[in-house]
Amino acid sequence: MTVDYSTLKKGGFMRQKQKNNFSLRLRVVGGNLTAVQLAKIAEVAEKFGDGHVHLTSRQSVEIPFIKLDDIDNVKSALAEGNVEPGVCGPRVRTITACQGEAICPSGCIDTYSLAKELDDRYFARELPHKFKFGITGCQNNCLKAEENDVGIKGGIKVNWRESDCIKCGVCEKACRSGAIDITDGVITVDESKCNFCGRCVKACPTEAWDTVHGYIVSFGGLFGNSISKGEAVIPFIEDKEKLLEICDAAIEFFAENANAGERFKFTIDRVGKDKFTQKILEVYNG
Amino acid sequence: MADFDFNIDDSVDITDVVCPTTFVKAKIALEELDEGQILAVKMNDGEPVQNVPRSIKEEGHQILKLINNEDGTFTLIVKKVGE
Repeated sequence: MTVDYSTLKKGGFMRQKQKNNFSLRLRVVGGNLTAVQLAKIAEVAEKFGDGHVHLTSRQSVEIPFIKLDDIDNVKSALAEGNVEPGVCGPRVRTITACQGEAICPSGCIDTYSLAKELDDRYFARELPHKFKFGITGCQNNCLKAEENDVGIKGGIKVNWRESDCIKCGVCEKACRSGAIDITDGVITVDESKCNFCGRCVKACPTEAWDTVHGYIVSFGGLFGNSISKGEAVIPFIEDKEKLLEICDAAIEFFAENANAGERFKFTIDRVGKDKFTQKILEVYNG
Repeated sequence: MADFDFNIDDSVDITDVVCPTTFVKAKIALEELDEGQILAVKMNDGEPVQNVPRSIKEEGHQILKLINNEDGTFTLIVKKVGE
């Protein structure tokens, strides 16, 4: 019997060292699983694997020691618990996310909702090489946005609202980038220094700030054989629809220009950073 | 300490501890107070003054003022909210 490994890989089955054994990668979005899903995963690992699972470096779960002959049974068993196989190979991979503003006091954006939206839009899309999205809720960057092909980081753009300000002085000290100055009871924010971390708002006793929650997007990050930090083209994107259009444009640029097996960063470098920047700016300003 | 218009009921010095004990020490001092009473919390510049005011706000207390003592320390004036 010939085994089509690339089809299996596409369906999340990773060949193991041990012949005819596969580690099945599961579809996880934003690092969240329900208790029902976990129970089913445990059951399948007991019944079809060797009773353990592996947590991957990018928030997925793999069930090792699945036998080739059991693949269909494993898939239908998992489906009963709303669990699907994930993907490997040259396509859009697991969308990773921190807990974000729904759970974390530091979060500036709803990372999980965004991860689900990106997953619906792109998951498993075929591309010249792997393509990773990571979403982190704030400047603490727990999810390491810039190591992804497209990294999204939540931020808050602030505007002082004098009417609610009690001039306590907390924001000036909460700001870690020295962007806030209080002189004679007047607060000014140096926009060239502000990194949209939102600490001024979160520390302010009266929330005397008008805020816009938005996104800082980096492109071309990798953290494998080569290491490179993704870079932003636009300092701050306020609108989610615009963010999605920009993600579309980035994937399109990759699909159109990349050589097979070439990561996004190297495509951008080879085709020209100016060309990529121009494309992104066209979409942003369009 | 600089002059201000609050009647301080109690004060606590957290300059002798580091994060996260800074917040814990301030929180315990607040627990000793009744609702509406005012606590002065003396803290170091740097991490304590960046983080402690926000943590106290997140506990639901009302921050009234942050005073720069001009000696590398700050005093945060907090009104206790809730029991």
